[in-house]
This record gives sequence, C-alpha cells and structure tokens, in this order.
Amino acid sequence: MMARLSQFRLRGLVFLAIVVFALPLFLSNPFHYGLATQIALIAGAVVGLNLLVGFAGQISLGHAGFFGLGAYFSAIMTGTYGWSAIPALVVGAVVVAIIAWVVGRPILRLKGHYLSMATLAVGFIIAIILNNEREITGGPDGMPVPPFDVFGWELSAFGQYSLFGMDISGDLAWYLFAGVVLLVAVWLAQNLIDSPIGRALRSVHGSEVAASVVGVNTAKYKSLVFVISAVYASVMGALYGHFQGFITPSVASFDFSILLITMVVLGGMGSTIGVIIGAVVLELLPQVLADFQEMEMVLFGLILMLTMIFMPKGLLPTAANFLTKRRSKSAGGDA
Amino acid sequence: MTALVEVNNLSKAFGGVHAVESVSFSVDAGQVYSVIGPNGAGKTTLFNLITGLYTPTSGEVKLHGESIAKLLPNQLAERGMCRTFQQMQICMNMTAIENVMLGRHLTLKSNLLTTLFRLPALTRGEKAAREKAAELMEFVGCGEYLDTEASAMSYGALKRLEIARALAAEPKVVLLDEPAAGLNAVETAALEDLIRKIAEQGITVMLVEHDMKLVMGISDRLLVLNYGRVLAEGTPEQIRANPDVIAAYLGG
Amino acid sequence: MFSEFLQYLFTGITIGATYALIALGFTLIYNASHVINFAQGEFLMIGGMATVSLTAMGVPMLLAIVLAVVLAGLLGIALQRLAIAPAKNADVVTLIIITIGASIFIRGLAQLVWGKQYHVMPNFSSDQPIEIFGAVLNSQSLWVLGVGAVLVAVLVYFFTRTLTGKAILATSMNKDAARLVGIRTQVVLMLAFMVSALLGSVAGIVVAPITFTSYDIGIILGLKGFVAAAIGGLGSGMGAVVGGLALGVVEAMAAGYLSSDYKDAVAFSMILLVLFFMPRGLFGAKIVERV
Repeated sequence: MMARLSQFRLRGLVFLAIVVFALPLFLSNPFHYGLATQIALIAGAVVGLNLLVGFAGQISLGHAGFFGLGAYFSAIMTGTYGWSAIPALVVGAVVVAIIAWVVGRPILRLKGHYLSMATLAVGFIIAIILNNEREITGGPDGMPVPPFDVFGWELSAFGQYSLFGMDISGDLAWYLFAGVVLLVAVWLAQNLIDSPIGRALRSVHGSEVAASVVGVNTAKYKSLVFVISAVYASVMGALYGHFQGFITPSVASFDFSILLITMVVLGGMGSTIGVIIGAVVLELLPQVLADFQEMEMVLFGLILMLTMIFMPKGLLPTAANFLTKRRSKSAGGDA
Repeated sequence: MTALVEVNNLSKAFGGVHAVESVSFSVDAGQVYSVIGPNGAGKTTLFNLITGLYTPTSGEVKLHGESIAKLLPNQLAERGMCRTFQQMQICMNMTAIENVMLGRHLTLKSNLLTTLFRLPALTRGEKAAREKAAELMEFVGCGEYLDTEASAMSYGALKRLEIARALAAEPKVVLLDEPAAGLNAVETAALEDLIRKIAEQGITVMLVEHDMKLVMGISDRLLVLNYGRVLAEGTPEQIRANPDVIAAYLGG
Repeated sequence: MFSEFLQYLFTGITIGATYALIALGFTLIYNASHVINFAQGEFLMIGGMATVSLTAMGVPMLLAIVLAVVLAGLLGIALQRLAIAPAKNADVVTLIIITIGASIFIRGLAQLVWGKQYHVMPNFSSDQPIEIFGAVLNSQSLWVLGVGAVLVAVLVYFFTRTLTGKAILATSMNKDAARLVGIRTQVVLMLAFMVSALLGSVAGIVVAPITFTSYDIGIILGLKGFVAAAIGGLGSGMGAVVGGLALGVVEAMAAGYLSSDYKDAVAFSMILLVLFFMPRGLFGAKIVERV
C-alpha cells in the first residue's frame, strides 16, 4: 500500500505545500476561499482519523463526536467565558484526549463489528448531549463562535490584514492559516508513521500477534492512536468553529462521522495525501451536484458502495498500483 | 544450573479435546531443542502455551525460573523470548525491512515528542535500527529484499524474514514453529545452516518440525509428542532407537 | 403510579417488539453471512413508506401491504447480489461501509421518490385507545405484538422444520461444508437477505401508524435494532427477541421516569455497558480465538 515511505513522505508534503500556496492564484471570491478553508480543516481531521483507521486498522464510526467536542469546547470557552482562542483550543484538546483515553481503553479491546458499534455509540451519545443541553450549547439551533484570536489580534473572515506589505482579505488570511495548519498536521502524521511508534501502530493492523511477540504492547498503542486521532479531530473542530462563526450539533452527527470515514476510505486508507484528496472530492461533490441536490444522497451512497466493492484500497493506492503495473508492463517486466 | 525454559505438567484442554496433557521437560541455555510428533500431536499448542498465547488448563511454564502465568506475550518478549509462526504472521502492510525493524521495538527508545517533531534522537535511533535490520536480513539470507513490500515477497523469503524479525529482538530463546514447512530441499538445507549459525551465537533454539532429516541433524535434544502426551525425550540417537517412537511416528 | 408504570411498560413492549423484529433481521443476515447489515433499518422504512404511498394512490390497504413487502424483499435480494456478493472476501471495515453506503443509497432513493415529509398511516383497526388499569394502549400496539409473535413463530418453524431453513443455518455454520453437501450457498444468502427484508418491512408497516413514517426513520431504528441484537448476543435468535424487548422497555422506562430528551441515549449507553461487561451479549456464543 504505502511503498517506500521515506521517499514518498517528503514528495507528498512538498506537493501539498505547492498546491496550498499556489491555489490562491486560481481562486477569486470569498466563497471559493471559504470552501477551500473548510476543506483544509476537515482534511486535517481526516488525516488524524486515517492514523486510526488506515494505519492502525481500527474502526471509528463516531469520530465526529470528537470534532464536535473540540468545536463546542472552544465555542463555549471563548464565547461564554471569554477565554482566548488558543488556550481554549489547547485545553479542549487535552479534555478530549482524556475522554478518548478513558473511553478508548475498554472499547479498543473489541474488534470488528463490536468496535464499530462501540464507537458509533460513543459518537451518538456525544451528539445527543450536545443537542440536549440547551443552556450550555444552544441546543439544536446551535451557538455562535467568536473569531479566532491570538494575543488579542483577531482572525476573522471579514477582516483586512496585511502580510509582507500586501493587502490580504480575511478570507485569504483564514485560508492560508488553515493551509499551514493542514501542512503541519500532515508533517506530524508522517513523522509519526515513519518511526518506531508508527511501526508499532501499523503492526497492530498487519498482525497483532506478530507485534506482541516482539514486545509491542498492542493495547497501549491502540489507545495511543485513538487519542491522537481524537486530538486531531478536536483541534480541527475548534478551528472550524472559529472559522464558521457558528456551530450546530450536526458537527458531531452520525452523518458527519460517516462522511469522515468515507473520505478516509475513498482516498485510500493508509495514504495521507490520498485521504486529503478524498476530503477534497467529497466536499466538492455537493458543489458539483448543486443542480442535482436531491441526487446527492443517492450518489454519495453509490460512491461508497462502488469504491468499497471495486477499489477497496481507495482511489490513490489503486491508481498508484494501476500506474506501476502499466510501467512494468511497458518495461517488459512480468506483471 | 536452572533450565532456561521449564515446562511442568502442562495441560491444555479445548472443551473435551486434550490438546496437551501432562507434558514436562526442560531446555537448557544454548541448546537446540526440537519438538516432533504427528499432525495434531499438540506441538503448536505447546508452543502457544509456552509463548503465552494460550492459558494452560493446568501446569506451569517457567522462563529463567520465573512462572510466565500472568505474563502477556509482549512481556515475554521483554524477558528474552521470541517466536515465529506456523502460519506466518508478517505485516503485509509494511516493507520487509520495516518488519524486521519492528523487531527492534524493545531496543528503541522513543517518545511522542521526539517522534512527532523528528528530533535528532529519533533519526539516530532509526538509522541504527535500519542498519541492524539490514544486517539481520543478510544473516538470514534475504538481504536483497530490504525495501521490498512484504506482500511482494516469496513464501520462502518471508519465512526467513520472520526469523530475522524474531532475532532483531535480541532474544535469549527463539521458538521456530515449523520453519521448514513449504520449503524445498535447497531452502531446507539453507535453513539448517541458519539455525546452526543462530545456535552458535549462543541463542537457545526451540523447534517444532516435521522434517526428520533437519531435526535429527541439528538438535541437541528432542521431545516426541503423540496425542498431546510425551512419548519420548532424549538425544537424537536415543529417539532414533526408541521402539515406541518408531512404531508411532517414524513408521517402517 | 401503577397506571403510569403500566403505560411505560406498554409503550416499551410495543416498540420493543419492533426492535426485536429488526434485531431478528440482523441476526438472520449475520448468521448466514457474517455481515452486519447497516441497511436493515431501511427495509422498515420501505415497508411503511411504500404502503402509505400506494394507499394514497388508491390501492386497497391489504394489497398495498403485500406489494410493499414484496418490494422490500426484492430490495433485500438486490442488496445481497449487487452490493455484498461482489465484495467477496472483503474485510470487516469494507463490508460495514458497503452496507452503510447501501443504506444511504436507499434512503436517497426514498427521498427522491417520496420527498422529505412525514406521512401518516391510519391504525389497522380502531382509533379508539384501549384502557387497562388506567393505562392507555393504542390498539395498533396489539397489532404490533400480535404480528410480531406470529412472525417469530413462523421463523422458528422455518428454521427448525423446513429444509430451506436448515440449509440457511448450515451455511452460516460452515459455508464450505454446506456447499459440499449440495447446498447452493449463493441462493441461501439471497434468501437470508430476502427474509430479513420481509421481516423488516412488515415490522415497519405494523409500527407506522404509531410512529409516523418518513424517508429517514430507518437509520435510528436500524441502529437500535442492531443494539438490541448485540445485547441479546449477535447470532442468537432468542437473544434478538429478548434484546429487543429489553431495550424497548428500558428505553420507555428511562424516558418516562428520567428524561425523554435522552431517550435515544439509552440504547447507546446500554450497548456500551454490554460491550464492556458482557461482549457476547445475553445469549451469544463463546468466542475462541485460535492462532
């Protein structure tokens, strides 16, 4: 699946950086920037989920719960209690990490269907709580989120800023910020994968038995990757809230959890760049289908089924495989 | 001298099936100790009991004189015990060298901080681990496959890879479960050499095998199992001459 | 006090019977193919929605029900042939996502055909509620319980007395062995999905007058049915029934005595408790992992 990691690692990151910084040349209006920012933030969460699902081979059908928790924690702390954005984000991540650790330990002893059920249940419970506790969260109607701020300086999509002497609109500023955050997220994830911890995680997927006989405490590593992916979701959720300026419990919904998992699966589990492509495709789909809005659900379901049946490895790995086969065929090798 | 591995009156029943019954023996450090017996005699079950994958119904296993009863397989690895599997357990989602580097897990010190930010401490450790892993792959004879995807390797190469991974953990005792299964005569001869080389390094080797030539050629002592019970135990010469063994196993 | 308790009990048993039927559908498919069919709830939805729209078009109620059930059955077969079978030996995650995709697909189709509104189905018999010891029972509940009991009886007979039923059980225990004795496993799998769909759709029709019906009721009901099956022990028919009834009653009690806002959270909390302390469920088989 992921061939020659160390070589692909750097190439993938550089490719992504180029895309991120070159994109503004092709975007022209606030709507485009807004969409791109949203995609970047969600992609960041998906990169984290990929560590759990793609690399460590676990399942989580409730990951939106952590995204929502991060979003709401920041929203409540900055909105209701006047905290500054970064402390709220960090403390929120710690809180989510603790919750993920506590919940993860017993859950990750389960496998397959039972694990999927348990993660589903956790996600739902979080969504239901967020939905019901009106006084704190605003209930189903949602709540506003103050803009992101760093030491008093605000980052808002409606602001005007200057960078290196150039005038930048708030949309562009947010987009660049989100892009950088995504790059950092990918860099950290890639560092994790190509390391002893990363191999231990991947061995949980490859062969738990093999891992344990060489000394890997598989329970501990499953917990670790679960917590890390939850923290990714939490941080991205918090930023998402600040960016949108408003959140509703739908950020923690089952539908969103399924969307996140689909992005991982579509892009190619275990391919960091692949899942970002998955996120881009699935976020752009509603835009492309704007005229066929009613068909959206049908198409989405169809994509899920067709990808899993015919390309279970995902878009990117299947394409990569296809290309390597082509190359070796033309080179005269026995493909 | 305390035996390295001690098995006392070990039994394992699955429902009504007595896979292993009242088995006792001990293995001294530096020996090559083989367990043989017909199919279904309980050899792999015995290995699984010794390596902590199964819990015994009764009896005990001791490693370095310490009972392994409460220990998980990864804790046994920390105490110097490693193994390979009859049904190969290779991580097909990694390259060959990554599989062997996985075996270095216990020797590599890493924490989340050095990992996430790729600090020099980590890169140094990775470099050393990679070198050691490449060395081991040479040692077992699959040095040409370093960065090959495990899923692209041949059966024989993978079997050797698994041994490399087990050795990477620097064990005191390594248990090989049917390492010759599926290998042709040439590959089996190479395996015999390899096992000899491993033993020469002072590592205790325990073997479950069907290939009589291989087993007789390299073992210091043998244990013969039949229907989960010990049929005979001794040196290759003793076993060869044992009438019960001849009747039950070696045939005519 | 007592009448309140009785009220909750009736509500609980009624909805519990629905959960039990959905859980049986899950169990059936799981037993035959080791697939957890996340689209199970959609059969329920199809049953209810198809009946409503057919009757709205003037089709007599009984015929509408039959057609709706047949439609669901065909859908079940289609699901097995087109979505599950092609995936062959895919791993658990893949299969789960395929059935989730199928459920979204079916829901999308339903939304296209029937729109997003809620629909109402009249009670089968009288609209007059029945009074028992101060508690009020919707007459439709008796239909739910009655039909449920009949279906369970039919299933028991089917699996213990008929050759086809036994063939399905045999396939679930050992697919290769079953094939070797001449059982056409492909047919068996299709049958399992079809029967499961029939079960689900009938449950959906019978309960529709009580709960309203719309294109998206399938998800939460399906999930709760799954929870019920897991509580009872995945793979056990008796477990499915007991799990369903238990879930229904606990849910109703919690909603009545504690908080109705958190009604849905009951099912999910119960499943977490079961998974942590009794993963095999109440009647599940012991899982032995061999290396």
